[in-house]
Amino acid sequence: MWLKNLLFLGLLAGGGLTLAANLLPPRHGKALSNYHPEAYKTADFQNTVHNVDGSFRKLWEAEKIQPTTPATNLAIARRLSLGLMGTLPSLEEIRQFESLPTEEQIPWWIDHILQDRRYADYFAERLTRAVVGTEDGPFIFFRRRKFVSWLADEVFQNRPYDQIVRQLIASEGIWTDKPATNFISVTIEPEKQNQPNPVRIAGRVTRAFLGIRLDCAQCHNHPFAEWKQADFEGFAAFFGQTHVSLRGITDGTGDYEVEDMKTQAKRMVAPRVAFSPELLPNEGTLRERLATWITHRKNPYFAKAAVNRVWAILNGQPLVAPIDNLQTDGFIPPALQILADDFAEHNYDLQRLIRIIARLQVYQLDSQCEHDSGETLARTLGIFPLTRLRPEQMAGSILQASSVTTSDLDSYILLRLMRFGQQNEFLKRYGDSGDDEFDNRGGTIPQRLTLMNGKLVEEKIKESPLNANTRIKWLAADDAQAVESAYLACLTRRPTTEELQYFENLLKDPTITRGQALQNLFWALINSTEFSWNH
Amino acid sequence: MEPLNRRQFFRNTAALAGATWLTPVSQWLARADEKAPHRATANSVIVLWMAGGPSQLETFDPHPNTNIAGGTTAIKTATKDIQLAKGFERLAEEMASVSIIRSMMSKEGDHERGTYALKTGFRPDPTVIYPALGAIACHELAIGKTEIPRHVSILSSQWPARGGYLGDKYDAFLMDDPANPVPDTKSFLPAAQEQKRLESLNILDRAFSRGREKRVDETLHRETIQGALRMMSSEQLKAFDVSSEPRELRTSYGDTPFGRGCLAARRLIQAGVRCVEVTLSGWDSHVNNHTICSNNLKILDPAFSTLIRDLREKGLLEKTMVLCMGEFGRTPVINPAGGRDHWPTGFSLALAGGGIRGGQVIGQTDPEGKHPPADPVKVGDLHATVLSALGIDYKKVNETPIGRTIRFSEGEPIPQLVKS
Repeated sequence: MWLKNLLFLGLLAGGGLTLAANLLPPRHGKALSNYHPEAYKTADFQNTVHNVDGSFRKLWEAEKIQPTTPATNLAIARRLSLGLMGTLPSLEEIRQFESLPTEEQIPWWIDHILQDRRYADYFAERLTRAVVGTEDGPFIFFRRRKFVSWLADEVFQNRPYDQIVRQLIASEGIWTDKPATNFISVTIEPEKQNQPNPVRIAGRVTRAFLGIRLDCAQCHNHPFAEWKQADFEGFAAFFGQTHVSLRGITDGTGDYEVEDMKTQAKRMVAPRVAFSPELLPNEGTLRERLATWITHRKNPYFAKAAVNRVWAILNGQPLVAPIDNLQTDGFIPPALQILADDFAEHNYDLQRLIRIIARLQVYQLDSQCEHDSGETLARTLGIFPLTRLRPEQMAGSILQASSVTTSDLDSYILLRLMRFGQQNEFLKRYGDSGDDEFDNRGGTIPQRLTLMNGKLVEEKIKESPLNANTRIKWLAADDAQAVESAYLACLTRRPTTEELQYFENLLKDPTITRGQALQNLFWALINSTEFSWNH
Repeated sequence: MEPLNRRQFFRNTAALAGATWLTPVSQWLARADEKAPHRATANSVIVLWMAGGPSQLETFDPHPNTNIAGGTTAIKTATKDIQLAKGFERLAEEMASVSIIRSMMSKEGDHERGTYALKTGFRPDPTVIYPALGAIACHELAIGKTEIPRHVSILSSQWPARGGYLGDKYDAFLMDDPANPVPDTKSFLPAAQEQKRLESLNILDRAFSRGREKRVDETLHRETIQGALRMMSSEQLKAFDVSSEPRELRTSYGDTPFGRGCLAARRLIQAGVRCVEVTLSGWDSHVNNHTICSNNLKILDPAFSTLIRDLREKGLLEKTMVLCMGEFGRTPVINPAGGRDHWPTGFSLALAGGGIRGGQVIGQTDPEGKHPPADPVKVGDLHATVLSALGIDYKKVNETPIGRTIRFSEGEPIPQLVKS
């Protein structure tokens, strides 16, 4: 017991000390040793950024659109943080950020994120949802946590994206030992002698890695696209020799048979790709050959699908919607091809792609606009979109906003809880948006109740030495600084004059304590629209 | 029943129950009923969700004196020719209102996928989340004056009913044992402070709306806050609280969380809620199948049968369909641990009440357990049946947020079950 008390006192003292440093702007930023602003200055990096920016400018000219003004650096930092780490920048990070010269702030922040394990964990979770979905998968045969942490390791090391995908498609072995094989084993069906399901794998592969919906042709010839049922069957046949044995996922021999939906008759189907057959090698197992074909530089879809997904993770919405249908009859911005070419030419470097997108004019535009905010402006990305935060981003943001220091540990625990399924009461009550179905629906009443009256928010804003509101109460020099710190912690911006005045007044309310007033301020900030939406 | 009488009836029931707060809703329901096209018979659903996959052989499809029964016996019911497994003595009395499907065919033998299939009528699809029955009902049927969520899941399992592509606002509202208060509906604060907090929100909203007016409107943020506040102060919240019901009735439902859940479901339906899901977990009987089943029946039988009787006595049975099902059935063969394993081919479920013809049996399973059942019913057919009983066009084509067009159900209603 005494040990616990001692530990608590220690935490208290430590907390107080770090805080003093945190709230007062540090003398200089904790520059990361391997931050190279030069990477952003190389000719081919700037060239690509320039080309994409140019393509949008051309579009705006043609549509007679006046794009909105650039967003503040802090707003961009918030977007980056939410998109890549699923949480807000901490007060501590904001202080470091602001201590840098203005023009270096964003590149520094991007690199700071890319070297943070939270990025790898969150990015891997988002990719996992795209490639294996949110289901828990078959018991024993699917190890989601192993899969995500393996993927996070790959992302953290910035392994080329084509190599990651190759491993997903072609790996052999046991799912606990070779986590990539979970991509196959997640489709194992206990009622079918525990064998993987080629149809489900093929459906995922085409949608997640190529951004095309070959599987619509599973039951019928697609009404619009060029794909035929035979194309899909031929594609699925690449997984027809994949089995589960004592050695895990392995490739054997044998023919792939499908059952005719109507006649129930069985017929053999040979593996066949729906387009560009010249890219398919003759060597290797069926899966290896397919992996080579999919990730081939000349495959017209692979790089584009990846760019569209990374774009969606960063922006909250894909560049081309729906995310898994690059064959849409809607408008496809030329930016997609420019970015895809750069991605393929630079060895499928995910970090480079992220850096480029984050440096684009469209990514850095404001989400508010004094003039026209009509459909065309939004469609041509002349304004940054508003998107509702995903439940895990909400949870991450609440945890971060209520702590002045960077909450690596908390967010890590949160991620682990997410993987354990429904244990986290907040996520359970808040709901899970599932796979990447990007849309812009409003929130729900139960979600509102959870935020207004729920346990998590209550816990995080009550008076406690670990909570931001209490620390601000102790250390802010005056009410104005207290309000400003609260705004920065929750909304990553400073209050407007009107807001500052209003809340300064509230802090002076004689009927309640200053601590209660600060609690109220945090409650309001967390319950605001601005908090729940990426902008 | 004539419309006028029915309206009178609703008034009387409400008055009798002492639930004066229900009166406006009941009146509205009665009026809505008059306007509704006659074809629609039911307007709400209660799903009794048997999580884990109940054995058909120990519930709705006994095969006494066969090998596959493993010693399970059967009882007679109020309907000639229909037998239920031992343990359903009270439900047996209500058999005239209950129909059974014994030939359900699903393609999903995994708990999560099976749950998804039975709740939505579709197999899991990586790119779209299909809405559950209750979400469709809320989406398609009139709102009325209901101030509390119209889709509720009591004691929800790991995979509660979702709104899917219809939107998260159609997700079921989750709550535990009705013995506890409804979660998150009470502010932690005294009213005066609560008021100050809400006023602060306006200041923040004004700042964020600048230059984003229309788009901030579209977030529906203000509406959800209003909705939350309305719910927090709504008299209808009392519908969740079963403690005001007569002791005798509560005992009849059973002094169990599930029994209380079923009673709360009846109260919620009365308050205008469209769909209530009540979960009874623990049917995953890989080991000791018979003990598990008979213990669960001790909870299910009184609750299910009292629910039917109670709905009837309150004049709600005609308008309320009760569906009792799990994600799949269990194998005809008993495993070495005395259990039965997952079996999605030829399992059973029960339907009762509104829009459904009672006393029917659909399909028949093989007493040897070797052949597929006669008159198989696909999961999609079940959904088409329930939707048409609710007067919902099950063929209606909808567009998902990302532009896919999808029908509510790909199945066809079972003609024997749907009242014309």
